[in-house]
Amino acid sequence: MEHAMNANDGLLRPSRRLFLAGAGAFVAWAQMPRFAFAGTRDPRFVVVILRGALDGLAVVPPIADPEYPELRGDLAIGSPGQGGTLPLGGFFALNDAMPNLHARYQKREALIVHAAASAYRDRSHFDGQDVLESGMAGPRMSRDGWLNRAADALPKGGAVRPTEGLAVSATVPLVLRGRAPVFTWMPAGLQPAGMDTADRLMDLYTHADPELGRVFSAGRMVDKMAAGGSQIKGGGLDVNFRRISVGAARLLAEEDGPRLAALSYDGWDTHANEGPEDGRLGKLLAALDGALDGLAAELAPVWSDTVVAVMTEFGRTARTNGTEGTDHGTATTAFLMGGAVKGGRVLADWPGLKPSQLYQGRDLAATTDLRGVLKGVLRDHLGISEATLSTRIFPDSIGVKPIDDLIA
Amino acid sequence: MDAESARTALHRFGLGPRPGDIEKIASDPRGALLAELGTTDIAILDDADLPNTSQGFIAIRDYQMDRRLKRDTEKKVQAEMAAMSATGPSGAPVAPMPGMTAMAAGEIASAAPKPKADVPTPPSVPQAYYRDEIDARTARQRAVSIGFVERLVLFWTNHFAVQADKDEMVRGLAGAFEREAIRPFVLGRFEDMLVAATRHPAMLLSLDNAGSIGPDSRAGKKRDRGLNENHARELLELHTIGVDGGYSQSDVTAFARILTGWTFERNVERADAGVFRFQPNLHEPGDQTVMGKVYRADVDYPVGNEGQGLSILHDLAVHPATARHIAGKLARHFVADDPPQALVDRIAAKFTSSGGDLKAIAETLVRSDEAWAPGRKFTTPQRFLTASIRALDVDLEAQRVIQFLNVLGQPYWTPPSPEGFHDDAGTWLAPDGLTSRLDIADRLAQQAALASDPMAWTVDILGVGASQETVQAIRRAESARQAAALLVMSPEFQWS
Repeated sequence: MEHAMNANDGLLRPSRRLFLAGAGAFVAWAQMPRFAFAGTRDPRFVVVILRGALDGLAVVPPIADPEYPELRGDLAIGSPGQGGTLPLGGFFALNDAMPNLHARYQKREALIVHAAASAYRDRSHFDGQDVLESGMAGPRMSRDGWLNRAADALPKGGAVRPTEGLAVSATVPLVLRGRAPVFTWMPAGLQPAGMDTADRLMDLYTHADPELGRVFSAGRMVDKMAAGGSQIKGGGLDVNFRRISVGAARLLAEEDGPRLAALSYDGWDTHANEGPEDGRLGKLLAALDGALDGLAAELAPVWSDTVVAVMTEFGRTARTNGTEGTDHGTATTAFLMGGAVKGGRVLADWPGLKPSQLYQGRDLAATTDLRGVLKGVLRDHLGISEATLSTRIFPDSIGVKPIDDLIA
Repeated sequence: MDAESARTALHRFGLGPRPGDIEKIASDPRGALLAELGTTDIAILDDADLPNTSQGFIAIRDYQMDRRLKRDTEKKVQAEMAAMSATGPSGAPVAPMPGMTAMAAGEIASAAPKPKADVPTPPSVPQAYYRDEIDARTARQRAVSIGFVERLVLFWTNHFAVQADKDEMVRGLAGAFEREAIRPFVLGRFEDMLVAATRHPAMLLSLDNAGSIGPDSRAGKKRDRGLNENHARELLELHTIGVDGGYSQSDVTAFARILTGWTFERNVERADAGVFRFQPNLHEPGDQTVMGKVYRADVDYPVGNEGQGLSILHDLAVHPATARHIAGKLARHFVADDPPQALVDRIAAKFTSSGGDLKAIAETLVRSDEAWAPGRKFTTPQRFLTASIRALDVDLEAQRVIQFLNVLGQPYWTPPSPEGFHDDAGTWLAPDGLTSRLDIADRLAQQAALASDPMAWTVDILGVGASQETVQAIRRAESARQAAALLVMSPEFQWS
């Protein structure tokens, strides 16, 4: 690992006590997968968490659902006369902010899951992310995450031991917290806070403390000018998203590097001015598309053994709200991407968008349990047994069957 | 004392609450602050890994000598090789061929072992000390339950400011200065702190007194060197009576003459290397008059000519102008940029009546109701960072602390002038400062170790009196990370 660490970030110094926070955190598990698959494969698995609740209906709109245009009004991209999408061969289309994902889809390297949700059915971001990452049936039931438990459960042959000397820290996202050794990495330098957080702070200051508001507003203006007109300092969203994924991919591509990774991207809580095409969501999707493309490019040599799973804590309301955005909802989309994915299709048991078909009369209903998707991947890509998956990795999920045929 | 007082105690007088701290002192916030002042040795920072000034001085000198030796050797080798390549076999100079010089230089460079590009160079000895000292401060700041005494340490260290960017010796010794010259006296007597700070090598270097020589001293007569007034002026203007204390240029010069000979042992072979030493050789002979008072040479003083300086430091320590200067500064630091005059007067009176008892002064501050009145004191960058890592329970290593405080403009022991850092909103409430705080808040929020309910820790950190807008912004955050960033950026956290 030494080489990879130094090449990417001089801050990685496993000899001292623990330091780095991670937007990216990895499980380092030397040589594990080769043993698991008797030397034939060396799989990589990357989990990308989109925090804030991704609007699945705006990313993969059901353009052939007759209810869709009216529910979404001005945000109904892909409906007649609206444009803004790329075809997925029928009922669904893909937001055209994601051309790279579309290309992967056409190469059968990307699979879209729709109307999916975790076991969580309420609408708190904190609890929703807790369930998504813990893999439990409800919030605040576990202090460790399903990806760490999966790492711990990977088939180990002979005397293979986890890599020593890598950091364990409280800074790891819940999904990766637990017994298996984990280290964290982040791009060097001070990353600018997300635009969404800055917007919210501006809003708070405006209402609660106009003096701070004036100063903060001036600061944002200066940052914007210094960044050549991009929204946030230190480069646009696209640059910052990409830095994280590309750095992560370089570590993953290393011979002795980690094999499991979790990254997260914030800012998906689009309550207002969502702008699926060229508004805030459009920009986020474009940045995510670029980041995933960067990840794939860096992982090219091992791409055929790679699965990337992109997921969020829950979806957003089927209808738009009064501020051209959407509120907290239920089911949404998830993506699987990678050379190991049997892609080129949308996996969905479409629940429909009629008022009676919506969950609690407001959200896209969940017909696919995200745990079933993840179980399918963990079983067929990483070789973890179904029994382990239903008891240890996703406790109390015996009724949620792994989905077959996700892996090529 | 109402429910808000516990919050005030921690935010205004302390280092900011950790989860649970507000509740712990809720029954008697004022009593908790007074109890902290009464805790034995609470200001002392003893860490076996941190060198004292003498050890630090010797190690830094050794490091500097080594480095010089290496450079000299390299230069010599380069010069020899360059001479060889410019000389033909016959010994006659050859016309240089195009590119030859560059090539030769390249060969020489590659002959010397180069550090691998991907191995970060280890920090220099002074930089390593600077870092370790900061690590020790961070650990202390996270460990103490209120941190009023740590705030006093920061205040007094900034009052007797050394400038770590003066040179690498000051940088390496800045932490030791605080541990040896400030902390032992922070609840003791002002005069003792004044003397200790004035004598400390980091201060003597920072304000140049170490090199100040009496023109008519034995050394001064032999060498063409003389007085440096810097330290004497700052002692008057900054450390004691203040700029309006009623002194003239001739007072400064006379005081500088008195201070000649106040230096430290530089010979690393000696047992007292790096320790204050009065050098009679450098001392300007004769009586000196400062602000109308004659400070007699020799005879009157028990410790020889050093007594001349001790005598004036004593007079300055008990001068009424010093009491006013310190009282105003203390009230401004803790309470408001424009503090109530009654509060300043009360602290000044206590300063005088107690003979500069710094613990009694801190108690007077806490016992004054004016100090608890709702106010608006903008947190400085250091306070913001410390309060944030306490609130979010982040273990931040020194490298990050240095990076963040550099970005915010208040790195440890590196004020822009001997005056120390200002602490008013006019200085710190600036556009870039505020957006940088958000970037840092966001970074810290990623490392936050928090219970899963953001609303619970909002009450834990901001108390029950947080505004509806702040509570709502945190409740509606899209992630725990965002909630944590908004928490420490909230108006309630930025002002105390």
